[in-house]
Amino acid sequence: MKIVVCVKQVPDAKDVRLDPNTNTLARDGVQSIMNPYDRHALEEGVRLKEQYGGTVTVLSMGPPQAGETLREAVACGADEAVLVSDRAFAGADTWATTHTLSQAIKKIGGADLILCGKQAIDGDTAQVGPGIAERLGIPYATYVKKVVTCENGAIRLQRMMDDGYDTVEMDLPALMTVVKEINEPRIPSLKGKMKAKSIAITTLNAADIGADPDQIGLKGSTTQVVRVFTPQVRGERAMLTGTVDEVVAQLVEKLESLL
Amino acid sequence: MDYFLTEEQQMIVDVARQITEELIIPQRAELDETEEYPREILKAMAQADLYGLYIPEEYGGFGGGPFAMVLALEQIARGCTGVATAYAASALGAYPILISGSEEMKQHYLSDIAAGKRLAAFALTEANAGSDASGIQTTAVQDGDHWVLNGTKQWITNAGEADIYTVIAITDRSKGPRGATMFVVEKGDPGFSVGPKEKKMGIRCSATCELIFKDCRIPKDRVIGRTGAGFITVMKTLDLSRPGIASLGVGLGQGALDEAARYAKQRVQFGKPIISFQAVAHMLADMAIQVEAARALVYAAAKHVSAHPNDASKAASMCKVFATDTAMKVAVDAVQVLAGYGFMRDYPVEKMMRDAKILQIYEGTNQIQRNVIGQELNKEYT
Amino acid sequence: MLRIDIEACIGCGVCEQTCTFGAIKVEEGHAVVGDNCTLCGNCVDACEVGALSIEREERATKGNLADWSGVWVYAEYRHGRTAPVAFELLGVGRKLADERSVKLAAVLLGSNLAGQAEELIAAGADVVYRVDDPSLAHFTDDAYGNVLTDLIREHKPEIVLAGATAIGRSFIPRVATSLATGLTADCTDLAIRAEDGALLQTRPAFGGNIMATIVCPHTRPQIATVRPMVMKPLARDAARQGAIIDVKPAAARMKSRVRVIESVMEEQDQVNLCEADVVVAGGRGLDDAKGFAQIRELADVLGGAVAASRAAVDSGWIGYPHQVGQTGKTVAPKLYIACGISGAIQHLVGMQSSETIIAINKDPNAPIFDVATYGVVGDLFEIVPKLTERMRGRNAR
Repeated sequence: MKIVVCVKQVPDAKDVRLDPNTNTLARDGVQSIMNPYDRHALEEGVRLKEQYGGTVTVLSMGPPQAGETLREAVACGADEAVLVSDRAFAGADTWATTHTLSQAIKKIGGADLILCGKQAIDGDTAQVGPGIAERLGIPYATYVKKVVTCENGAIRLQRMMDDGYDTVEMDLPALMTVVKEINEPRIPSLKGKMKAKSIAITTLNAADIGADPDQIGLKGSTTQVVRVFTPQVRGERAMLTGTVDEVVAQLVEKLESLL
Repeated sequence: MDYFLTEEQQMIVDVARQITEELIIPQRAELDETEEYPREILKAMAQADLYGLYIPEEYGGFGGGPFAMVLALEQIARGCTGVATAYAASALGAYPILISGSEEMKQHYLSDIAAGKRLAAFALTEANAGSDASGIQTTAVQDGDHWVLNGTKQWITNAGEADIYTVIAITDRSKGPRGATMFVVEKGDPGFSVGPKEKKMGIRCSATCELIFKDCRIPKDRVIGRTGAGFITVMKTLDLSRPGIASLGVGLGQGALDEAARYAKQRVQFGKPIISFQAVAHMLADMAIQVEAARALVYAAAKHVSAHPNDASKAASMCKVFATDTAMKVAVDAVQVLAGYGFMRDYPVEKMMRDAKILQIYEGTNQIQRNVIGQELNKEYT
Repeated sequence: MLRIDIEACIGCGVCEQTCTFGAIKVEEGHAVVGDNCTLCGNCVDACEVGALSIEREERATKGNLADWSGVWVYAEYRHGRTAPVAFELLGVGRKLADERSVKLAAVLLGSNLAGQAEELIAAGADVVYRVDDPSLAHFTDDAYGNVLTDLIREHKPEIVLAGATAIGRSFIPRVATSLATGLTADCTDLAIRAEDGALLQTRPAFGGNIMATIVCPHTRPQIATVRPMVMKPLARDAARQGAIIDVKPAAARMKSRVRVIESVMEEQDQVNLCEADVVVAGGRGLDDAKGFAQIRELADVLGGAVAASRAAVDSGWIGYPHQVGQTGKTVAPKLYIACGISGAIQHLVGMQSSETIIAINKDPNAPIFDVATYGVVGDLFEIVPKLTERMRGRNAR
């Protein structure tokens, strides 16, 4: 079984915070990490490989630095790494990104199973997985929390819904996006790290994957960011002061009027 | 301080540190409380290739020798000495096979041990044979194609959890020190059973029990090395493993120093963080000096032991004494820096203090280590 | 690409601080852009001297955008119930449709839908496209996606809205991809741009640390998913008139390559956090699970739901279903009481649309006070039990 896992390098969102003085994002010390959901997708891919046999290829679209994330993926069990990198990809929205990634998957010979994290923590769009599947014309399942079986050319899994979960089955080739509940990602092994250090990352540019120039990067994007701003928080504040009993009395009064 | 580790050595540190931070530190208090064996953590360590660090590549290991073990153990002990002990015990159990086992025996056991598929344990101590190994009463008698073992081993780390036990028994009492032999006993061998888990002061998540041999029959090819060479194998095993125990001391000491220093920066009394009081700052300074000196000695000793296995005893004993006495002292001081909070189980330093004590005791008490060093000095200055 | 006017640049470094990707740096007195620039435009807005600009090669507009008209809402229906978000979308959809002087339609897909379409009309829809077919009994991305795509192709709405639910976030990307148009996920605000009637779609990014307003300039429809509990539904008006159009798609379009084996409903909490009028939330300041018990008590007394900040959930004091914030649920109750929550921006995005916010925290500088209607600086371990006791006494009366 040929498994492709799509991973994205993202800024560690928990470090991104507002600088109260400049009201801008302070990014001192913000590290680039593998999108946390993608770590779970990778782990699931590696487990499926270990159970059913096959290979795991990690694929990322990004600047050359994203190679570090691919090496990390190799240390965690991926066999091969492919980076799609071209300045022409910059500014891509999800429409352009899915074109690029689906072209890359075709270029490397397709896949029996494609795994993605449910979303990336920088954009949170959750669109790339389904978009790739649609462009490749294959079925998909989102928010997968458990793979039940993967046999006889079909995969059966449980996907989360807002009110429970559905057990569904689809024939391969197929794509799935996973939630964190699906597994506990492993810590990279020593042999994996050694392999990651020496592995040659296949790097493909826009021409290599036969990308349609009208469908990549900023130009190929269907959406456009017109404004970026920091969220406005409501300012009216009445501080209740006094002894504990006085404060509680005021709170009771407020609650009574509200309830 | 920069010890100019190679890229591979740095990887070992990184992998062990990640396991410590992501898996061990979040669970250590609960493991201490429940005394549960850390199976899941050890499984993750096996998956990360840490079980094969010291085993040569031809047997599926990493080929890093005792120094690689030292680097990993230091990181793990920074999180929990109980987990580190459970991990180190497998290496201690495997060393006799590595040192004296036949090629066939190495092929048979070491790759499974390196993969962490089977854990090992080392069985020397008995009720009447602690520091004085000549008090061993477990016997092994040959009976056709088998050996038959009788006796009881005490305080055996990994007992019940391990699949492979390297056991010393008297095969010919008349030959004195040359009358002991080491054997491999496997879980499930007839006549072999494990006693109940001991209640300990520290390293509580590690398993410590009796091994009971009642007419335990094992095939004759389970002899490790030559008959009668058991004590030599034991001495060489301990020479290899003592730098590892020493590194547990370095790790524990570093962990205690980290906790104390962080707390001292954050705790405000008389309007200032307590680290700004000289009384506290000097304690922290002494802790830092001792931990760093211990680390330097342990690293040097581990390299010496790898390079000079036949002249290893003094270096191994010196680093074991210094680093573990340091760990005890630093842990006690860390509790003092945290004072009332340090005494409470909410903070990890009281556990570190309880854990530190065993380091001065097991794998040869620090008094016995000083005897060894003294004897070596006596030989040197003839 | 990002253009830097070296003459205009004063090397102040504001762009460097603003860039979330670390892609722009001040070197030798002026800004220099690196390979990892994503053209997000953050720095362009931040630059005080106008030295930065993004050079865009415009995408060609596809067809005549004016052929597309009307606002559509996908009315999610599952397990015998129309999702509350459908009514919220009709609320905002009504406003958008009126501004554009077009009709508001709802698309209702499922099986055994009797009575549901009428409710959608009462909630603001002018038209309901209803596909009531046994093959739509279970949600599948294929069947639902095909049917919605075909309807959009046929009727050409300019705007399509869906809830950012597990279902909406799953199949709407497929619809947008097959229509080759843009999709903005998880919107928290929608508005019409006065000059050209474009849909301004505002959504949080970077864990809610920044907000981005997005347009879909060259393709139609403009598709957005909207977070539940953000928009307000209209008051139900049974007198409202509308047309119900039953659609019979070809059977082949309702076949799915994904086979649903079973659909399992799982026990929800006694009080559904997202639909509660009162939410009592606890954070790191509770110190431990025992401290957290006080939150449950106050919630019980007020008949409210229990919520938690990420810190409290990560500490294991309460389960993930109770987490409010960017990585958890979004709530907008009438009353939100935050105890021992500092108010990291990640938490604020999940609760700041609450009508009234009461914050109790010992740190007077905690950011939670910036969004609080009423703030109390004090020891919650003293205040909360007393408040619980007083409210319990009041209930008893």
